[in-house]
Amino acid sequence: MAAVTLTINGKPVSAPAGATVLEAAQDAGIRIPTLCHLEGVYDVGACRLCLLEVAGSNKLLPACTTKVAEGMEVWTDTERLRKYRRMTLELLFAERNHVCSVCVSNGNCELQTLAYEAGMDHVRYPYQHPQLEIDQTHPLFGMDHNRCILCTRCVRVCWHIEGAGTKNVAGRGAECRIITDLNQPWGESETCTNCGKCVMACPTGALYYKGVSNGEMRHDRHKLEFIVTAREEKQWIA
Amino acid sequence: MDRLKLATVWLGGCSGCHMSFLDLDEFLVELAQRVEVVYSPLVDRKEYPEGVDVCLIEGAVANTDHVELLERIRRCTRVMVSFGDCAVTGNVTAMRNQLGPRNAELALKRAYVECAQEHPGIPHAEGIVPPLLSRVMPVHEVVPVEHYLPGCPPPADRIRAVLTALLEGRAPALEGAQLKFG
Repeated sequence: MAAVTLTINGKPVSAPAGATVLEAAQDAGIRIPTLCHLEGVYDVGACRLCLLEVAGSNKLLPACTTKVAEGMEVWTDTERLRKYRRMTLELLFAERNHVCSVCVSNGNCELQTLAYEAGMDHVRYPYQHPQLEIDQTHPLFGMDHNRCILCTRCVRVCWHIEGAGTKNVAGRGAECRIITDLNQPWGESETCTNCGKCVMACPTGALYYKGVSNGEMRHDRHKLEFIVTAREEKQWIA
Repeated sequence: MDRLKLATVWLGGCSGCHMSFLDLDEFLVELAQRVEVVYSPLVDRKEYPEGVDVCLIEGAVANTDHVELLERIRRCTRVMVSFGDCAVTGNVTAMRNQLGPRNAELALKRAYVECAQEHPGIPHAEGIVPPLLSRVMPVHEVVPVEHYLPGCPPPADRIRAVLTALLEGRAPALEGAQLKFG
């Protein structure tokens, strides 16, 4: 495959044509914060944490869905980006009810980690405190919409790794929800295979194994990585 | 020697942040030599005094007394620190906000009527029991604060880092995992 050359933070980097800036950065050992990105499923640019500054563009572009181009000049960690990244994180915290102290994923949450990495010591926006549901109808798993950031990782693993198509997105704006089948209780789903990949993929405490208590949730991401590696590399590495 | 005038207050929280403060162990001895505790749930003083250098505020803003006290603290204090997750985010104290516009009434009913084993009834005593606000807020939504000390509770070493900086006249610079909520 043809290679293109670009610079990331002033450093020359080469990447195969068709690669995303995120892939090029990862190959070059440059870390870009991500939240909705998940190895093994396609990217959607939903969370806006991987935003980049690209020379010649006024718009900030997401690294996960922006393709590399010859001569492209990309910045991943400028003052402006840090400002927007923190703002994005604060808005995520203000939008639903993320109460770390009583969350199953406390200490094991990608949202929480990204927040402190970005220096978020408080949220400047008023908390919305919406009234949201918790679906405890599935025998094995629970879904707490209070902690959901709508990254759609669960939807993408359900459709494209498990192939069940149980999880979906409904509604717009503040009414947007992850749903099961035709917006039914999870426990009544006829398509769910009980595989748990959505729970493994979730970056927060929105999807969890029933019975875990405060701070006890582990997402078993390695099980998902095992399947993705098997699929993509044809290697069954435990 | 002029010692730094330190105050701590306890608003809508569980006192866990104050317990974590006591967990400073031998640093408390050092602290006692360098500060004068002028107001705190741990000392017996009824009125928040003037001329306070540093005040640690535990708890979210949940009732009218909290608002009144915070306004006085702001007038009388040089450096205010939101101390712990309830002060910084509202945390568990603010979870009643999720119940909608009637949340205060519903929370009181749950605690004092539905769960009461004896003498159910919502306490009323004008001038003694302050009414709950219709929406619980973090401290900085009511008055501006200088610094944030997150954690539920903030671990003792995190409290020590902030106090040490303030004693040395520096701005505290918590970063990375020292800023973890929960």
